[in-house]
Amino acid sequence: MSKQTLEAEPVVKHAASLSSTASKGVGRRTFSALGFLSPTLILLAVLMALPIGMVIWYSLQNNVITNPDPEFVGLRHYRAILTDPTFHAALKNTAVFVFASVAAHLVIGLTFAMLLNTRLLPPWVKAVFRAIFVLPWLMTVAIVAVLWRLIMNPNGVLNYVLDTTGIISEPQEWLSDPRLALFSVVLISIWNGYPFFMISLLAGLQGIPDELYEAASVDGAGPIRRFSSITIPQLQPIIISMGLLDLIWTSHQFALIWMTTGGGPLDRTEMLSTYTYKNAFMQYQFSTASASAVVVLVLTALLAVAYVRHQRARD
Amino acid sequence: MAQDKTLAHRSGGGAGARTGMSRAARRRTAMILTLIGLLVGAVFAGAPVLWMLSSSFKPNPEVFAYPPRFLTESFTIEAYTSILNDPRQLRFFFNSYLVAICVALLSLLVAVHAAYAFSRFEFPGKRLINVIVISVQAVPPVTLLIPYFGLIVTLGLYNRYPGLILTYMVLTLPYAIIMMTGYFNTLPRELDEAARVDGTSSFGVLWRILIPISAPGLVSVGMYTFMLAWNEFLFALTLTRTDNMRTVPVGIQMLMGQHSFDWNQMMAMSVLGSLPVLVLFTFFQRYFIGGMTSGAVKH
Repeated sequence: MSKQTLEAEPVVKHAASLSSTASKGVGRRTFSALGFLSPTLILLAVLMALPIGMVIWYSLQNNVITNPDPEFVGLRHYRAILTDPTFHAALKNTAVFVFASVAAHLVIGLTFAMLLNTRLLPPWVKAVFRAIFVLPWLMTVAIVAVLWRLIMNPNGVLNYVLDTTGIISEPQEWLSDPRLALFSVVLISIWNGYPFFMISLLAGLQGIPDELYEAASVDGAGPIRRFSSITIPQLQPIIISMGLLDLIWTSHQFALIWMTTGGGPLDRTEMLSTYTYKNAFMQYQFSTASASAVVVLVLTALLAVAYVRHQRARD
Repeated sequence: MAQDKTLAHRSGGGAGARTGMSRAARRRTAMILTLIGLLVGAVFAGAPVLWMLSSSFKPNPEVFAYPPRFLTESFTIEAYTSILNDPRQLRFFFNSYLVAICVALLSLLVAVHAAYAFSRFEFPGKRLINVIVISVQAVPPVTLLIPYFGLIVTLGLYNRYPGLILTYMVLTLPYAIIMMTGYFNTLPRELDEAARVDGTSSFGVLWRILIPISAPGLVSVGMYTFMLAWNEFLFALTLTRTDNMRTVPVGIQMLMGQHSFDWNQMMAMSVLGSLPVLVLFTFFQRYFIGGMTSGAVKH
């Protein structure tokens, strides 16, 4: 972004020299730029900065929202959630869910992108496959959840297929068996989320100059060597920024869990998002929920800082 | 020769195919391997969607028939007709369309101005504001949910369209601004310069020159924000209370919560709920993928 804006500077200078004095021109440009930004800034202030301040404030008090006169209790709610075993489970499950999903999104997304980038097949064939591969990402998460509940139903088609192929010997309760539930929601999340990586990596692959591969071939590099010394380094910036974004988005996932397992069985799929939601809107413990909401914010902020710095470095 | 290996590499196949095979044979092997890979991928991606479609045309008792049949003999559209005859369920769709269209238009309107400032102006604090816009994408929805609930109730917008629209605008704005800025950056600056020399105001440059030639950018941003709003679940669940205000995702969840729910109807609703995004994507995918990846891919 800023790369382009640096190029805009001569234009600004040029415009400035047109007006009576340079400084007045630049001042006016600044003024109108802020004018164009004002709706955005107002929205972000009222609906982003203010709520974040509010949630931090809520987390330090008792009796918020439901009660007219809250009292200040300091860090008590933070102590309460940090000693809550369910919160620990949510933290651990979120970590497993997020890292397993994102790693699989990357592997599957890259595999599909490389398959789609072949020159051995006519463009229309690739277009058809690309359309099919993008499908899971175009589905509303709530719909994805319902669909997989149908597929993973004990009497459903997944058990039938695995049973007839001999992969499992008896029908499994994919979403209600404590041993399987987390695995199952990760599987759904993988199916739903890989196309985002695939699309970005496909664009990245198409941007790698052929000369690089040709030069490597002349030097006698085999396909594996070409993949590790050209493809991966060339895609690295995309992999890092998409990876960070995907980590952030996947850690926010709520609907998928809520509509498949609801966080059960036995907290096995409880995530930070469902834990916070239940605390707030099912038990009306708004202060405790605010404390865990702030913890989620801090954890995400670490990823966000990494993402912003990475984007900066690329600009 | 060199090129040939490149092709084999690019197809993902061709591993170990360097000994003794003729070039044509190696190409054929690579092609077959690629096709097999693509077909396996297509089953993984497409089969669940086909299952949804097939289940929506079954009578309900047959949804869990054993062994499951992909094509039922008693093909029926009753699931669809019962949705289309149920005002309550139609209302979910109406709400979703109304909210998503308003969000797409309003978000676009705000984002176009912000993107213009980012793309064409230098001003103090630009980098900071830019970082803030990018960071907003990362704020967890569940963190905002609690204070939003308080704010929306206070503002008297609880269980009303404006409450949802306002919320979604903030959620979609960062994406819209980033995509639109990327698009404006691809438009030649000579356009603005020429107009400014002729004495056109900055506002005039945006509305009379840039916006008329930005259809692809506007379409992809509008589509993406529509999609985000159409799919949103958490805020729709929390900021609405009554059936007549529920959107499709929450409507589906409510139908699921009822004891005797009809799977075929749920699937029909899912098919109908997926259609708008699928249709938009089919028509505009070129713009859309370009807009999506412009932020991610830089040359």
